[in-house]
Amino acid sequence: MAEPGTAVHRGRFGASMRRDAWWVELVPVVLVLGAFSIYATWRAFENNYYEWGPYLSPFYSPLLQPSWWPFSPAILILGGPLGFRATCYYYRKAYYRAFFLDPPACAVGEARSHRYRGETAFPFILQNLHRYFLYVALIFLIILWYDAVHAFFFDGRFGVGVGSLVLLTNIILLSFYTVSCHSLRHIVGGKVDCFSCVAFGGPRHKTWKGLSFLNEHHMLFAWLSLFSVGLADLYVRLVASATIQDLRLL
Amino acid sequence: MSANATFNIFRGDRLGGELKEYEVPVAPGMVVLDALHYIQGHAAPDLAVRWNCKAGKCGSCSAEVNGKPRLTCKTRLDDLPLAEAVTVQPMKSFPVIKDLVTDVSWNYRVNRKIPPFHAPESVEWKMDQRDVDRVQEFRKCIECFLCQNVCHVLRDHSKQEQFGGPRFFVRVAGLEMHPLDDVSRTHLLKDELGIGYCNITKCCTEVCPEDIHITDNAIIPLKERVIDDYYDPVRWFLRKLKGKNNGA
Amino acid sequence: MNEKFETHEHDVLIIGAGGAGLRAAIEALGHGASVAVVCKSLLGKAHTVMAEGGIAAAMANVDAADDWRTHFRDTMRGGKFLNNWRMAQIHAQEAPDRVRELEQWGALFDRTSSGDILQRAFGGHTYKRLCHVGDRTGLEMIRTLQDRGVHLGIDVYMECAVTRLLKDGDRIAGAFAYWRETGRFVVFKAKSVVMATGGIGKAWRITSNSWEYTGDGMALAYEAGAELIDMEFVQFHPTGMVWPPGVQGILVTEAVRGEGGILRNKEGERFMERYDSEKMELSTRDVVARAIYTEVREGRGTEHGGAYLDISHKPAEYVKRKLPSMYHQFRELADVDITQGPMEVGPTCHYMMGGIRVDAETAQATVSGLFAAGEAAAGLHGANRLGGNSLSDLLVFGKRAGAAAAEHAKRSTPVNIEAADVEKAAREMLEPFERAAGDSPYQIHRELEELMQNYVGIFRNEEDLQKGLAALDQLQQRAAGVKVEGSRLFNPGWHLARDLKSMLTVAEAVALSARERKESRGAHSRIDYPKYDETWAKQNNVIVRDGDRMRLKQTPIDEMAPDLRKIVDV
Repeated sequence: MAEPGTAVHRGRFGASMRRDAWWVELVPVVLVLGAFSIYATWRAFENNYYEWGPYLSPFYSPLLQPSWWPFSPAILILGGPLGFRATCYYYRKAYYRAFFLDPPACAVGEARSHRYRGETAFPFILQNLHRYFLYVALIFLIILWYDAVHAFFFDGRFGVGVGSLVLLTNIILLSFYTVSCHSLRHIVGGKVDCFSCVAFGGPRHKTWKGLSFLNEHHMLFAWLSLFSVGLADLYVRLVASATIQDLRLL
Repeated sequence: MSANATFNIFRGDRLGGELKEYEVPVAPGMVVLDALHYIQGHAAPDLAVRWNCKAGKCGSCSAEVNGKPRLTCKTRLDDLPLAEAVTVQPMKSFPVIKDLVTDVSWNYRVNRKIPPFHAPESVEWKMDQRDVDRVQEFRKCIECFLCQNVCHVLRDHSKQEQFGGPRFFVRVAGLEMHPLDDVSRTHLLKDELGIGYCNITKCCTEVCPEDIHITDNAIIPLKERVIDDYYDPVRWFLRKLKGKNNGA
Repeated sequence: MNEKFETHEHDVLIIGAGGAGLRAAIEALGHGASVAVVCKSLLGKAHTVMAEGGIAAAMANVDAADDWRTHFRDTMRGGKFLNNWRMAQIHAQEAPDRVRELEQWGALFDRTSSGDILQRAFGGHTYKRLCHVGDRTGLEMIRTLQDRGVHLGIDVYMECAVTRLLKDGDRIAGAFAYWRETGRFVVFKAKSVVMATGGIGKAWRITSNSWEYTGDGMALAYEAGAELIDMEFVQFHPTGMVWPPGVQGILVTEAVRGEGGILRNKEGERFMERYDSEKMELSTRDVVARAIYTEVREGRGTEHGGAYLDISHKPAEYVKRKLPSMYHQFRELADVDITQGPMEVGPTCHYMMGGIRVDAETAQATVSGLFAAGEAAAGLHGANRLGGNSLSDLLVFGKRAGAAAAEHAKRSTPVNIEAADVEKAAREMLEPFERAAGDSPYQIHRELEELMQNYVGIFRNEEDLQKGLAALDQLQQRAAGVKVEGSRLFNPGWHLARDLKSMLTVAEAVALSARERKESRGAHSRIDYPKYDETWAKQNNVIVRDGDRMRLKQTPIDEMAPDLRKIVDV
């Protein structure tokens, strides 16, 4: 469409009349997502130090070790949680902005003209499968809850270590992240136009309202659970590699 | 109180133009639109500006103040750094007519594509407040077109032909989620309004002066409905089994 | 000058795209007419979007005792019996159907617990009667009508301003207009023209009205020979914002009082007890506006010359839900959180009860082929309008005007437009560019606003009105010689120069009528004649064009039908 003829208004990359440091919000996304990806990849391939006592690293859960698989067991299962996060409506926003600069920030010009097809064509059309990753993530959630509870039993007897609390915190944050998912909100009630016309409309409406409230904080849970899952793994690694000692509280 | 503020305002038309400088005395509570009126009344009588209600209810006075898409009637001078000149430019995504006035007629053409509200015959006109609440959020839209202006699909990629823009996703959401409406618009969303071009980067939500959660409450739920009808392999398979085509 | 003008031909031309114009267009289309809507702004920006409180209709969803008779009685009492009683009857009877219709076109009103349209209390209404959507009812209404109209196929000519009605002998033949965008001229040929141009508030300094409200419809109709009535009745809404200066006059919806808001003066006194101890804050607008004005004048006003309006005794969540735009308006423009503390409010020029005289059944003006509806028309509200009766007025009489205009067009033979008339209209528009010297239209407008505010305000007296008329005469002469700078391309200075002509015409009509009516009634308060006068209870002031002069006459009010008389006498 037409441009007003001022040089300042043209669509060069980063061209903007914005006075604020719009790029500031990109920096933490690039750093944290970047660091997490590197750490997670390294850990997945490491194939070591993922278990100690009742603790199992979330990167390796569920622990599948078929005899025909020569590599790290993490690689077998990481696709689930990774896919859930990669197709997550919040993370999409974050990485489209920070890594694809499409757009870098609101009302800031994009890098030269490139062919833009959004989520209408491969690969990003696959984002539409988010709900299936949600189903997978819900299964993982059950397994990780099992792991978290398991982490309170040392040789069959109840006990509390720092690791138990770390894994518990992690699964709580993961639960918030998962149930605040946009797709879940849709499935539970978002698709209903008339709650007063459908079966179980009352409870569905209540659930939908509750999930909508959580959904407003989806970004927060996305970041908190990303940190917690990374730190939970790190904690298990440190303990398993005997770098530190797990502290028994009870 | 009577300090002056400097404004750099785009003056020009579709052939081009430049930023011109104006001095305006600052009064308490003053907004950018007041400054534009002052300039009209004292320095540039032909300065073209759209405005109506001056109370944030009609959505006429959209422009870019210091590079940010804003309603000028709700942008207070005491929220701006007045030590430097305030830049006011027309919305970038629409062709300039003159000064701050742009040609927004494309929006009205998009609106015509959307099938209107339709209720089944013999419906009883009763509605539950719970069901109405959700749709009322979308009905708050004042059509300032700031969301259309900031959306990079229109602003940087010029997909006006393929893409309807956030405003019209809000409008469709208001119809689709109306408790008594019986028309399906998922086909329209997918093919005519190109909802797939939206990569949910949320600038529309950031600029909405009515605080409509455009991305989370309108666009994403609509994307999910389009998925229901077009991209969900299991649903597709089930539909094939049942041999009927739900709304697609 | 042999410029070839762009010409469009339609059966019905509707000037104005607010609630009345759009409702008329939908109806005319339904009657098989080809319909054009011309509006000065973009579609959907008309003043109707500003309406906040609700639509008055006796649906009895909340108060089962309500019916059209009570609504009729309230309207007549509110209007101090100067109303066209037949209009008031039609209005009260048809409003509920018009609201249901809106709902069937997709409007979403707030609901009662049984799923019906929720209704709220409002000043002067005996029962809870206002169908509403929070405090943005007008927006809901205009969006619904706009979408309905567009999908039915109305041709909308946006940002196009009419400067003259064109006639074929004694009947209407169309209109002359210019595109605001390009400044090019355009001629509309039509057998029927509906005036739905709204009010005149832009002639006052403190006003809730936008730049569009320059009285175009009334002035154009007057110039075409139509009668204007009740022009002295200008409603000052009691609650406009008073601080900071930039927002002075912006409307604070009556719904604040409808939801339980309390008015207090500087001393904390709930002063409405002294003015209307029965209805208190929900008294009619004329009473509340005068009360606030009097408090301020007698030294009991707030810091910035208003009264305190407080809703903070209600739960914060409730206030935010029922009055969301008020909450935002005060938070963003005045740094006031209305859930925590009071607002400062004062009277602001809001609504014109007077206007084009129309027939109650058909909304036809006193010129053949000319119709009027909504604020541009007069009669329904008499000396004072009740809140909420405006939106229902737009729907009820918009529909009637549209139907009658379409039928009139069907019956009419083709119209002819004289080339000379068009040339004359074009010349008139171009003259301001050619003058070597002259006042700026903005300067004249500022002086007009000041003049009307000071001399033709809430309280009036002979001396002020006399001064006002003399000053208006001066201004009219200067306005005839304004100079416009720049080109015809979207030039607000040029647009204002034309709008000034309409404003000055209606301002004169208001001042003339106000000077003549030597009594106080409804919105018209004469300090020198503070009482009702029996003679004036039985007649309307009528403004009519007599050559180049404005003439004022009186016509008697028809005797009310006996069955209706019984209703109001209860």
